[in-house]
Amino acid sequence: MTDFFDSPANKSSLHTGMEARERLRARYRAEWMFKALGLGAIGVSVGFLLFLFTTIFMQGWPAFTHNFVALPLELNAQTLGDEGVISEESLSGADYDAIVRTAIREQFPEVSGRTAKRTLSGLISPGAPVLLREALLADPERRNAPNAITLPLSDFADLYLKGQISRSTYRTGEGELAIEVSETGVLISGADLAAGLESSGADGKISLSREMPSLLLYAGGGVFKLETLEGNLATARILSPLDAGETTKALDWQVRLIEVPEANRKFSDREIVWTDKLVERQLVQAKFNTLFFTRGASREPEMAGILGAVVGTALTLVVTLGLSFPLGVAAAVYLEEFAPRNRLTALVEVNINNLAAVPSIVFGLLGLAVFLTFFGMPRSAPLVGGMVLALMTLPTIIIASRAALRAVPPSIREAALGIGASKMQVVVHHVLPLAMPGILTGTIIGMAQALGETAPLLMIGMVAFVVDIPGGFTDPATVLPVQIFMWADFPEPAFQQRTSAAIMVLLAFLVVMNALAVVLRKQFERRW
Amino acid sequence: MKISKTFMVFALASIGALSAGTGAAQAREQLQIVGSSTVFPFAITVAERFGQTSSFPTPIVEATGSGGGLKLFCAGVGANTPDIANASRRIKNSELETCAANGVTPVEVRIGFDGIVLANSKSGPDFTLSREQIFLALARNIVVEGALVPNPFSRWSEIDPALPDEAIEVLGPPPTSGTRDAFVELVMHQACQEGIEEDLCADIREDGVYVDAGENDNLIVQKLASNSAAVGIFGFSFLDQNADTLRGATVDGSEPTFENIAAGTYPIARSLYFYLKKEHVGTIPGLVEYALAFTAERASGEDGYLGEKGLIPLPEKERQRVIEDINNLTPAQMN
Repeated sequence: MTDFFDSPANKSSLHTGMEARERLRARYRAEWMFKALGLGAIGVSVGFLLFLFTTIFMQGWPAFTHNFVALPLELNAQTLGDEGVISEESLSGADYDAIVRTAIREQFPEVSGRTAKRTLSGLISPGAPVLLREALLADPERRNAPNAITLPLSDFADLYLKGQISRSTYRTGEGELAIEVSETGVLISGADLAAGLESSGADGKISLSREMPSLLLYAGGGVFKLETLEGNLATARILSPLDAGETTKALDWQVRLIEVPEANRKFSDREIVWTDKLVERQLVQAKFNTLFFTRGASREPEMAGILGAVVGTALTLVVTLGLSFPLGVAAAVYLEEFAPRNRLTALVEVNINNLAAVPSIVFGLLGLAVFLTFFGMPRSAPLVGGMVLALMTLPTIIIASRAALRAVPPSIREAALGIGASKMQVVVHHVLPLAMPGILTGTIIGMAQALGETAPLLMIGMVAFVVDIPGGFTDPATVLPVQIFMWADFPEPAFQQRTSAAIMVLLAFLVVMNALAVVLRKQFERRW
Repeated sequence: MKISKTFMVFALASIGALSAGTGAAQAREQLQIVGSSTVFPFAITVAERFGQTSSFPTPIVEATGSGGGLKLFCAGVGANTPDIANASRRIKNSELETCAANGVTPVEVRIGFDGIVLANSKSGPDFTLSREQIFLALARNIVVEGALVPNPFSRWSEIDPALPDEAIEVLGPPPTSGTRDAFVELVMHQACQEGIEEDLCADIREDGVYVDAGENDNLIVQKLASNSAAVGIFGFSFLDQNADTLRGATVDGSEPTFENIAAGTYPIARSLYFYLKKEHVGTIPGLVEYALAFTAERASGEDGYLGEKGLIPLPEKERQRVIEDINNLTPAQMN
């Protein structure tokens, strides 16, 4: 081969000479570069997508479980009945706050003082009494098995149990400790509790403030928060009392270091000890968070659910689809198959294309001015939301449908006309079924756009806090993207998890919707 | 033929949906509340509990901003206008006039205080500021040696050597926000230098030192965590909830704590309000009951549940007076 290229005749030829070979290499190189760029673009976008999904997934995953507590509730004629008789009315009006409060306080009879008691009750979600009431009203017989009713823990207790408040390290101690409880405080002696801790004072005395990591001592069945340390002596505060007596000697003891200082947490040492006790008594169970899927919006993270927004979205999209699909397809069919080509139709066409590019907030303003102010329709209703979104998706559907209709080969129309079909029969029997896959694709793009829209809904009052799950098209409702936006705006860390979880629900909604479109498209698809 | 049938069903359904809508516009059972996004978290807490514990349905609460809410509120009387407007400032005289012209009598309910804090990451330096120093750091034009010049400061230590030697970088709310309005009023106007015209005091520099971080306070909190030298301006409740990562700057010798704001020693604090429509009392159920639930001891009292959400309660005497006003439906006065 080399002979062939190197022969003098070929060396200077236009197609095989050195220059030609150089050109060929350059072309191959350009092609390779182009392919690599394309592949790189795909790689980068897949990378971004994966990064987005993993962050959302990692953050949202904990929200799908929640820790519930099964307290021995006192559900009897005294607490539930009206003068000792339990009726539907008395069940509905009973003081469930008090029942829950008593139940948690009975777990910790040693807790005294107003603030401490309030903090203790705060371990249980403020929504627990509401859930208890609903459970008993749905099935009054459940009062006979009070231990089976589980109530949600508060958001911070839940975060703590999921390990998101602080890390702790434990050190098992050696030697005998003497613990003396007196009125002024607790004196602990016998061993150096501060081992491993930097001493701060010049005299070796360490005062532990709220700004420093917490040191808890577990000994003799009690828990103590260490306050000052000096050699083998320490003073402490009781978080949980000793099993017996006021003084004790303990051989088994543990020191627990909670890394995040108490001042920097919303969950105090006391609450940590109480929660641990509840877990120790096997009252706490982590369960799938059904509340998240069965309830509407709430200000309490543990009570907040997505159902209200899902139903609101479904209702809104039904209205949007019901209005924009028939209108859009009809408009497209008329413009493509029946309308004469003149200035008027050209104007209409230009305007439809322009409408597709109008910012969505403008449709919201239109909805406010026309539907709410002029027609007096209700604020915050999925009906109005659906109508506004229908206006927004209409141009998308018309443009896609027209393209799909245009793609049907003229031979189909001519053949149908040739065997005597009327214009209407041609369109309905032949052209439309063949264009349907394309029309459905356009519709689904429009609907997906509508699903993610919040701006137009802002003006018509659907960016609102709605607790009750909407039951109809005129009930106040909100939609998924609005719910995500509102949760992202709340300060509680537990809401940040719910935001990600809600994004996952929104994506699932989108996937289901797209899957439906793919199935429908497969049904109608025809090849020629 | 299959197609045309589906088609007809869709068309019929849409016509049905349309007619159902126009018919059901009159009656309204639940309260409709609009207004400030600062009051919003408190309003929804009360609304939710109100729905759970009373026989009335849960009110619908929208965050439209104070101005937008009062505009809707004052637009008229009737079921398609809101019953309550939340506001992070007092109603303006111009708004009262609009209200009166449309036959609306607002009843003012003061609910508590909100502090505006300047905070930075715990890994950054401590800030002890005076309002004058904040003004010097953020004003567009300041007076230097008798002449008005564009703000020359780029480091805190240039304003006062005692301040940290860090570049000035402040993340704060955009001009549309009520928090920004209050910040301008309580800091920029109060600490304005002599020699600057009243109107120009409110101008915040636009040379990149002050960054509009959007209405979402959570975003500011997250940005502060990743940038230890930056200072953020936002509502007290966000500092309260993020105490593990953020530290509030001491202003005029007073730390931004719950106690200091309640006692009135922390200088950057404002009152929060809502206004209820007197004309709707009796026609929309639960209006007065909601207002009383909001001002009740267990909600906005000293140990009320709103305190946990970051609302700083009114002094007890003041709260009693507010409750009296609700019961008498005393109309709001011009100021």
